[in-house]
Amino acid sequence: MNAMNHSEFRQDIAPGDTLLAVDNVTLRFGGVKAITDVSFDIRKGEVRAIIGPNGAGKTSMLNVINGFYHPQEGRITYRGQTRSKMRPHVAASQGIARTFQNVALFKGMTTLDNIMVGRTLKMRTPFFWHLFRHGPAMREEIEHRKFVEEIIDFLEIEHIRKVPVGKLPYGLQKRVELGRALAMQPELLLLDEPMAGMNLEEKEDMCRFILDTKEQYGTTIALIEHDMGVVMDLSDRVVVLEYGQKIADGTPDEVKKNQKVIDAYLGVAH
Amino acid sequence: MFYREAGQYKKTYSADMAVFPILQDRIGIGLILATAAIIIPIFGSNFFISTVMIPFLVFSLAAMGLNIVTGYTGLISLGTGAFMGVGAFACYKLTTYFPDVNIIIWILVSGVFSAAIGALFGLPSLRIKGFYLAVATLAAQFFLEWCFVRVPWLFNYNASGAIEVPQRTLFGVAITGANATPTTRYLVLLGIVVLMTWVASNILHGRIGRTFMAVRDMDIAAELMGIRLLPAKLTAFAMSSFYCGVAGACMMFLWYGGGEASDAFNINQSFNILFMVIIGGLGSLIGCFFGAALLNIVPIILKFGLPAIGLPLAGATAEHINHLFVGSLIIFFLIVEPHGLARLWQITKQKLRTWPFPY
Repeated sequence: MNAMNHSEFRQDIAPGDTLLAVDNVTLRFGGVKAITDVSFDIRKGEVRAIIGPNGAGKTSMLNVINGFYHPQEGRITYRGQTRSKMRPHVAASQGIARTFQNVALFKGMTTLDNIMVGRTLKMRTPFFWHLFRHGPAMREEIEHRKFVEEIIDFLEIEHIRKVPVGKLPYGLQKRVELGRALAMQPELLLLDEPMAGMNLEEKEDMCRFILDTKEQYGTTIALIEHDMGVVMDLSDRVVVLEYGQKIADGTPDEVKKNQKVIDAYLGVAH
Repeated sequence: MFYREAGQYKKTYSADMAVFPILQDRIGIGLILATAAIIIPIFGSNFFISTVMIPFLVFSLAAMGLNIVTGYTGLISLGTGAFMGVGAFACYKLTTYFPDVNIIIWILVSGVFSAAIGALFGLPSLRIKGFYLAVATLAAQFFLEWCFVRVPWLFNYNASGAIEVPQRTLFGVAITGANATPTTRYLVLLGIVVLMTWVASNILHGRIGRTFMAVRDMDIAAELMGIRLLPAKLTAFAMSSFYCGVAGACMMFLWYGGGEASDAFNINQSFNILFMVIIGGLGSLIGCFFGAALLNIVPIILKFGLPAIGLPLAGATAEHINHLFVGSLIIFFLIVEPHGLARLWQITKQKLRTWPFPY
């Protein structure tokens, strides 16, 4: 897995240091406050879970982090750089990748092509060489193909390499989507409900891939998930949102005992 | 039985990534090329070459252009006819200003002008999608068509208002103008089409093609992969218009041999090519050829073939039957096989692989 080494400029943040900090972020859609004054941080090398009941603003939070939504207030500091507005493709080039709650694969393309798209940012051959598909263009293509094959091996999807992803069952699509995000060699991987709608076996597989990703590539992972068993087992720290506000933050054990969290999930007698 | 890849092991990634990974496909494409380049020019009559083959190749090229933007990038364009016209006029102006430069070069260069215009009219594609974009490109169609008629500079102020194709030669043989034989024009056109198909296939199989398809299938995710949407869409529009422009120049110079732009490059032409792309197969290069062949050959069969076997058919009736036929074909394909003839071809190949023992 030598080819998977992160490029040198990413060495400056040591594991355990803050990779991404969200400070007092407020996001409004007209009169609706999706996120209210939320702050938390993500440390390098950890699995950070974001949980909360439906409509708590978890996905909005991810959208803020990777630049789809621009918060009205607050700051986001990524790798020591503070920014308020950002375009998604810039976030991508800075090493933030993500998967979607409802699979957002390129349905007409094969598994291989889907994952190859994840390498787009790393490909630089000028247009001219693509006219011939020879020389530098082909060399680059083969080099990235090797990398993609490593991911395919890693995720155990060799058999569906050339199948259009639209034809794949849901569980495999989720896996391909993870592969596509991994192909970007992200520093920070945002997973939006990676296990939604899966059976137990598929969930276990996915957990294994997430843990392996962290171990092998040192990727920092932010995870939204509803399966509490998964969240408590996988994550190092958990942040809990409810109605757009942060109600708890800490290790899984701390969060489990937090009365506000219990109330949010189980409801309170009024 | 004969079409299968058993025993053909790919040992390198480049072998696996080849456009035709199966030996039988490579032989097949070789045979088709040999037929097109040797057998048809020798045995084909002038009538066959000039009424069947030349229009077929021109339309294939135009359909390829439209397919790049509509089939691969998912942006509907109704300006194809106009972009073809830009190519034709650009070629006309260039060859009148610089008559010494070879016409083939000008035919290819005229695509650049059309690409620039296409990219300009592709600008709205960042903000609008689907039908609304189609209407925006319709504006290109009407505006450019107006220019072709109202700007006399384009047709060199001649009285007829039409493009008059001058005689140009290649190695002393006339390839455009009244003295060029259908066979030479056909061979020149074939060369251009083969070259451009090869280039299109190269581009679409690589990073740029994947970018286009990613934008088509899920633009939000594409942006997240670091693809900037505007450059990607504009590249698609420019490349598409390049192909359309070259097709337009070929149409005027190698097929019509001159004529009025308002007839050749009107909205009907845009729709005609859109139908070819839909019937042939969106997002498939070979589909362009299928679509062009079908929509081009059917009218000819109705017009000349039926009278030949003793079914008298007046010109107008043939025309009407043609409309009926095309209309029902489109409905049929939209319902039964939205991926067109190309998908049927793929299914056939898939079946052939296991035939005669599918289990």
